[in-house]
Amino acid sequence: MRGSEMYHYRMRRLVDDLMRVLVWLALVVALIPLFSILGEVFSKGVPHLNVDVLISPMPTVGEQGGGIGNAIQGTLITIFLASIMGVPLGVLSGILLSEYGEFKLSSAVRFFNDVLSGFPSIVIGIFSYTVIVTSIGFSVMAAAFALAIIMVPIITRTTEEALKIVPLTVREAALALGIPRWKTLIYIVIRGAKRGIVTGILLAIARVAGESAPILITMGYWRWWFSGLNKPVANLALNIYLFAISPFDNWRNLAWVSALTLTAMILIINVFLRIFTKEKYI
Amino acid sequence: MMGHPYKFEVEKLDAYFGARKVLSNINMKIRDKAVTAIIGPSGCGKTTLLRCLNRMHEIIPGARVHGKVLFNGVNIYDDEIDPVTIRRKIGMVFQKPNPFPMMSIYDNVAIGLKLNGVRERKKLDSAVERALKMANLWDEVKNDLQRSGASLSGGQQQRLCIARALAVEPEAILMDEPCSALDPIATEKIESLIRNLAEEYAVIIVTHNMQQAARVSDFTAFLYLGELIEYGSTRELFENPKNPLTEKYITGRFG
Ligand SMILES: Nc1ncnc2c1ncn2[C@@H]1O[C@H](COP(=O)(O)OP(=O)(O)O)[C@@H](O)[C@H]1O
Ligand SMILES: [Mg+2]
Repeated sequence: MRGSEMYHYRMRRLVDDLMRVLVWLALVVALIPLFSILGEVFSKGVPHLNVDVLISPMPTVGEQGGGIGNAIQGTLITIFLASIMGVPLGVLSGILLSEYGEFKLSSAVRFFNDVLSGFPSIVIGIFSYTVIVTSIGFSVMAAAFALAIIMVPIITRTTEEALKIVPLTVREAALALGIPRWKTLIYIVIRGAKRGIVTGILLAIARVAGESAPILITMGYWRWWFSGLNKPVANLALNIYLFAISPFDNWRNLAWVSALTLTAMILIINVFLRIFTKEKYI
Repeated sequence: MMGHPYKFEVEKLDAYFGARKVLSNINMKIRDKAVTAIIGPSGCGKTTLLRCLNRMHEIIPGARVHGKVLFNGVNIYDDEIDPVTIRRKIGMVFQKPNPFPMMSIYDNVAIGLKLNGVRERKKLDSAVERALKMANLWDEVKNDLQRSGASLSGGQQQRLCIARALAVEPEAILMDEPCSALDPIATEKIESLIRNLAEEYAVIIVTHNMQQAARVSDFTAFLYLGELIEYGSTRELFENPKNPLTEKYITGRFG
């Protein structure tokens, strides 16, 4: 190699190495908060974790022990109710946007959807407050309604994208087999997009599982087990808030256990996500 | 079928995309149990003509057809004819292999029957086996029918698509450049398969490969700028073209 080539080659190597170091550094910096939070949650939560804590309801002031059983129940019920409302609406809007291009209001729906997904969740909480809380009071219904509204735009968009990935030629192949359009949509197109659709649903669930602002506004305080859709239920995210600022040691410990449980729930959802995105048919 | 020596009779057919006319005044009669090739430079309307034969043209927004296409003597564009039934009777194979995603080999072949109401496992099993055998794919996949259709090679995928079309027991098969995405060995397999299919079906194949048309077809139609320039026996058309345009095209002087 001539001298100048040698020089350029060395410079390139140097820049290359420098970039590599920077990228690794950035990765480490990004991971530090993640692992320190996880470490903190685990080290503070695990010592207080036991079966009793997971199945007992919240303690009253001065009461020893107690647990987060009712909050786990409440969180699951809230997510379930929100999903019953949000998933069908989101999936159907996604199908509408992707498959019925001739539908006149498509662009309006898409625009509304985009706006909605950008809303701060507390505003959605206030909306649910004015619609539901003012008529039936603080309740799991009001909270689930707010969460459903947060879920819809996420699910709509991922469903639309997943369906659009199914190639036109696949739809044509189905029609050419003499399969009617609606059967083609349900049994072939949606089936082909199923992985993407489920991914979107799980993402939306993971997103709302940890929501606290809209819950704070719509749920109300409740330290018992579930006792009706027009009553509040306990909630893990709310538990963290209520317990962490309390003066009692056992309550603060329960805040850590709540945080640990919530983290674990979201981790589990993400594991499902991974399993789902690795399914056998590509 | 009786009394109709021709499987298809195309009469004064015009096809449009919106205001644009891409086929004009096509008249041709297509025989049963024979391979008919449609050749011509790209953009001349081969695919459109093929898709007019099973009413697939009209699924594109703005696409229209004028004229008649008789299938077994019945005009498929009559008002009371349901396009879905027509498509069930006329199988189609596309340019790019397009197996159904997230579906096993078995389901890819069986789905047409399943969605048309066939439930019996035994019936489905034997239909799948029969179709895969006709498509010369059975021996390669019989040990693992639950594998994903998308995991097959390109040539196998195309034969899977042929099996899928055959499984619903059509009366004719339309193929749009079925080998254009395949390597020479896969192409050879499909070509010999096409010859076999012609023993039972009317096979119509679009190709812009003239050697392929000469190898596999009994009749050839030459299309140019949306018009049918020449149509006749393949040997006649290649050895003794009547129209100077045809001659120019088959001797490779344009297109
Ligand atoms: N979806 C479509 N919309 C509008 N024009 C089209 C469409 N598909 C094909 N065309 C036009 O119709 C003409 C015939 O196309 P096609 O039948 O695909 O030709 P070929 O198969 O011979 O290449 C071409 O000029 C093409 O540009
Ligand atoms: Mg074409």
